[in-house]
Amino acid sequence: MNGYEPLWSPYVAGGVIGLLNLFALYISDNPLAASTSYLKISGLIRKMVQGDKVLENPYYKKKTPEIDWGVMLIIGIVFGSFFSAVLSGTFAFQFIPSLWESQFSSQWLPRFIIAVIGGMFIGVGSRWAGGCTSGHGISGVSQLSLTSMIAAASFFIGGIITAFLVYGL
Amino acid sequence: MEYIHSNKNLQRGLGLLIGIIFGFLLHRGGVTNYNIILNQLLLEDFTVVRIMLSAVIVTMLGISFLLPRKIIKIQPKPGSIKNSIIGGLLFGVGFALLGYCPGTIAGAVGSGAMDGLFGGVLGIMIGSNFFASGYSQLADRKAILNDRFSEFSLFHRMKYHPLLYTCPIASVLIFILYLLH
Repeated sequence: MNGYEPLWSPYVAGGVIGLLNLFALYISDNPLAASTSYLKISGLIRKMVQGDKVLENPYYKKKTPEIDWGVMLIIGIVFGSFFSAVLSGTFAFQFIPSLWESQFSSQWLPRFIIAVIGGMFIGVGSRWAGGCTSGHGISGVSQLSLTSMIAAASFFIGGIITAFLVYGL
Repeated sequence: MEYIHSNKNLQRGLGLLIGIIFGFLLHRGGVTNYNIILNQLLLEDFTVVRIMLSAVIVTMLGISFLLPRKIIKIQPKPGSIKNSIIGGLLFGVGFALLGYCPGTIAGAVGSGAMDGLFGGVLGIMIGSNFFASGYSQLADRKAILNDRFSEFSLFHRMKYHPLLYTCPIASVLIFILYLLH
């Protein structure tokens, strides 16, 4: 059905992610979270192009564009997944996911356009909600934050409705 | 601990190390794959929810144990119910269109997903900056705000040992995992 079998049981992968989250809270005083780093990385890119003018934006005043713990975390995720893929012999350049290809098109352009649009929704949505599937969904929910629980539920409600609309009932 | 927390370069190194382990686990669990995420949202495959709930159970019980001993602190996020619903639903639309989320897309890129790198990452950065440009107007119109649940956690309201509350919650979550099996 997926055309892809996960290498580990989800309970093992999830359980160890939980332990890693506790380690991050202990050693770095930070829970696992991802979305803010994309704002910071793009802020750094804009700073190179536009100079310090970017820092006048009130949102960037709150979230200073800098290479901090969270930005390094994102870079680490890329490498960690790369190591796992290479070690398991599953690394492959892929331009179109197989499920998408079987349903829609084997041309790369439509997939890239929808990926950009989807990414834009994620960018706006994660900033509006103040977190993503990691920051709210795992870290916030396990800290028993009510706003995180509602955000996590909303991620899936919005995602399930959209997925059914896109892939048909 | 104070020294470790305040040493910025050390923290950057730890962020990288923790990220490498996180990315490895995301890939091992299969959630860096578009098909697995879409099949979760189409309710055909529950890998994503199983991983998230397992991680939540372990983290929550660990916090319950470590918080009273003051070994860790928690930082519930600022925000509001309204922000969570509006932002969460917008995020959900993007989640289904892109097929990755901000954490898993970094892992997808590492495993070779070029639609993630040149499509999704670009889109997330554009969207984040779009939000930053409109932030003042949104805040002025109270479309985005902090309410009384900002930085609120049930852990702060517990009169007795946290495990007395979180063990029953964990049991319910384990039962949900059992039902999904």
